[in-house]
Amino acid sequence: MAIPKVSGIETEYGIVVRDADLNAVTASSMLINAFLGRTQTKTAWDFFDEQPGNDARGLLLNEILAPEIETHLVNTVLTNGARYYVDHAHPECSTPECRTTTETVLYDRAAEEIMRLSMERAKAMLGNGGEIVVYKNNSDGKGNSYGCHENFLVDRAVPFGRLVSQITPHFVTRQVFTGAGKVGCESPGSVPGDIAYQLSQRADFFEEEVGLETTLKRPIVNTRDEPHCDPSKYRRLHVIVGDANMSEVATFLKIGTTAIVLSMIEDDAIGDDLMLAHPVSAIRQVSNDPSLRATVAMANGKRMTALEVQWQLLERARSWADRFGLDSVTVDDGKLILHEWENVLTGLESEPLSVANVVDWVAKKRLVDGYAERHSLAPTDVRLKAIDLQYSDLRPDRSLATRCGLRTLVDPTDALSAIEHPPTTTRAYFRGTCLLRFAPEIVAANWDSIVFDVGREPLRRVPMMEPLRGTKALTGELLSSCANAAELIARLGDTNPT
Amino acid sequence: MVLGMAERTKKQRVTNPREADKSNGTEQASTSVADTEKTDRLKAELDGLLDEIDEVLETNAEDFVKSYVQKGGE
Repeated sequence: MAIPKVSGIETEYGIVVRDADLNAVTASSMLINAFLGRTQTKTAWDFFDEQPGNDARGLLLNEILAPEIETHLVNTVLTNGARYYVDHAHPECSTPECRTTTETVLYDRAAEEIMRLSMERAKAMLGNGGEIVVYKNNSDGKGNSYGCHENFLVDRAVPFGRLVSQITPHFVTRQVFTGAGKVGCESPGSVPGDIAYQLSQRADFFEEEVGLETTLKRPIVNTRDEPHCDPSKYRRLHVIVGDANMSEVATFLKIGTTAIVLSMIEDDAIGDDLMLAHPVSAIRQVSNDPSLRATVAMANGKRMTALEVQWQLLERARSWADRFGLDSVTVDDGKLILHEWENVLTGLESEPLSVANVVDWVAKKRLVDGYAERHSLAPTDVRLKAIDLQYSDLRPDRSLATRCGLRTLVDPTDALSAIEHPPTTTRAYFRGTCLLRFAPEIVAANWDSIVFDVGREPLRRVPMMEPLRGTKALTGELLSSCANAAELIARLGDTNPT
Repeated sequence: MVLGMAERTKKQRVTNPREADKSNGTEQASTSVADTEKTDRLKAELDGLLDEIDEVLETNAEDFVKSYVQKGGE
């Protein structure tokens, strides 16, 4: 049976510094420090046991890949269980691990609110009209891309080769509803005007079917094997192929449909007849065709449109749900995912504009086309690229995405509450609640452990190797009945709720 | 649920005029009137949105787009 699809999203945000003299790294640090200033205690990220060079195919490339660990940069863990840090030259926020897709969407929205607060506070610190503006997108239009990665808990028992071959058709074709839209094209050798508008921010940057890299020669399926939990039982599938979405429903569909397809793969209920002949060229063909009529070559010699592949996946998902149930994604969420999945495919097939309130690329295209028509602009006019970029501007007074009628799933007050409070049904609850209650006694924390200093040598590391332990149900009473970390450590010795 | 309410509202908007059309036997004519109304409503909505974009779009689009340069990440 498919295992619970715990998930999370890591987003690297684009930044622009206005009326201040800061480089991108300093500006990213300033955003984080400005946010932490008043509300959060600065708890350092713990790099113990990080192995981004481990390859799921069994190779060990740690010696080839430079370690991504940059300990001199701001890197912290928040009371909601998230990680907020400087990655290369971007601020990045990783949501806590969530048991349901609905919660992952909530914490992705909370991350946006964290960025908004960071911007406001940094602006106050800078004074003189200086500000750092944050964009939730994945490309600067000049060939530079930064990621929005999804993570899913996957059963280690599933052969990795089958996982790769069966998830690839979904990654290539889900763009029809997960694409955030882009004016222009950045694929190597492209000429301005070649492609006026495409579905995805990211498709131009993928050059391999499978591999370990994330910054160059990007692969559709990333093989980083760093589970951040019990490696004998689990994988963490690190998905780098997606766009950052402004639409909450698009984020819900991106995570939800992928969680279901992964569950189907675990239950071996998907088949091999949807495999693509050339996934790398297919991902660009699909992205470059807003008419949604282009067909891609299948491994069996047939041709299918991206929508046809998606209808097939949905049909198989329904049969899978009938046979195996929806427990891996939770029943309530599972029904909603299937419902929204059907709605979006129906809308895209009949009249894409009918899903302009759900699909980012359609919403953005409506603005771009409308603006071009009103002002009689050529497709390459720079104002259309400005609309593309400003769609993802996170300032409420400037954002175009928040103006164009996108349907929401998250209550805004819940998003604000989720800035501080962790989800209750994963180990993020234990991590976040320990930080809320005992921050002065915590030296460092990461996904799978917390290091306490309770005044006696040595420091105590509390492991959290099971993503579905450390929940409120398992640790809530214990945490609320302990007056300090020393008491917690003493009582953890008796039981093992994490 | 926000979702449920929004959907119900949408469904009512779509189905009510059609049911009315069937009862007075002028389905086709009224449907095209309803379609025109819908098109007009969508156009008015988009016009309002484009007015807003004219107000909030970066004043010097060329400079903005040119200076929007990011380092690669991930």
